[in-house]
Amino acid sequence: MLSVLYFARLRDALGVSSERVDLPADVNDVAALVAWLRKRGGAWEEELAPGRAFRVAVNQDMADAASALRDGDEVAIFPPVTGG
Amino acid sequence: MVVRVQHEDFDVGAELLALRQGNPKIGAIASFVGLVRDINEGDSVAGMSLEHYPGMTEKALAAIVEEAKGRWDIYDAVVIHRVGDLAPTDQIVLVAVSSSHRGEAFAACEFIMDYLKTRAPFWKREQTAEGARWVDARESDDKAAERWK
Repeated sequence: MLSVLYFARLRDALGVSSERVDLPADVNDVAALVAWLRKRGGAWEEELAPGRAFRVAVNQDMADAASALRDGDEVAIFPPVTGG
Repeated sequence: MVVRVQHEDFDVGAELLALRQGNPKIGAIASFVGLVRDINEGDSVAGMSLEHYPGMTEKALAAIVEEAKGRWDIYDAVVIHRVGDLAPTDQIVLVAVSSSHRGEAFAACEFIMDYLKTRAPFWKREQTAEGARWVDARESDDKAAERWK
């Protein structure tokens, strides 16, 4: 079980701010998670398409496609940041 | 080190006083204050709201300050970033750094600001005459952060 959080424009487009997901056994890194979410189709397929600008954090640290995922992790998916 | 994410405004004078108090070795404080502009990308902006990722934001800011301490000979730093609804002319962010000399303080202050812009999870949503819109990240901010690598 993972918790996945969505922020800002991505949360609006996907219509969800957080969810708990049970991952298939072969989904064990960020790239696989994103590919798995993309299979939901619609806004998921569009917003998480390759080449779209979004960032992923795992347990509140910036992650990349190869970052490993473990049971209990907190994953966040969000647009490039615009503070300051 | 002070890292705060808050709705309330901040008093720059009070923060700079707190930063320098009790350390006679400090010879320089460099500070940056970011303000809300009333225009962006050619459109009039009536106000904005700032969202953040509670927990990760504070952690990211603390990590950025720690990295600055590793790179420059600085004593301390304060980073305050506001969230929630803000209006043009409001203060949005304060970064201040203390050091013995100005060169280290200037560089560390600019580094913290550049990294904050690209690594700290804040998002701006601005209100224009056409409605609210999320502000897109700027390539120039990425370039500014890249030069410290």
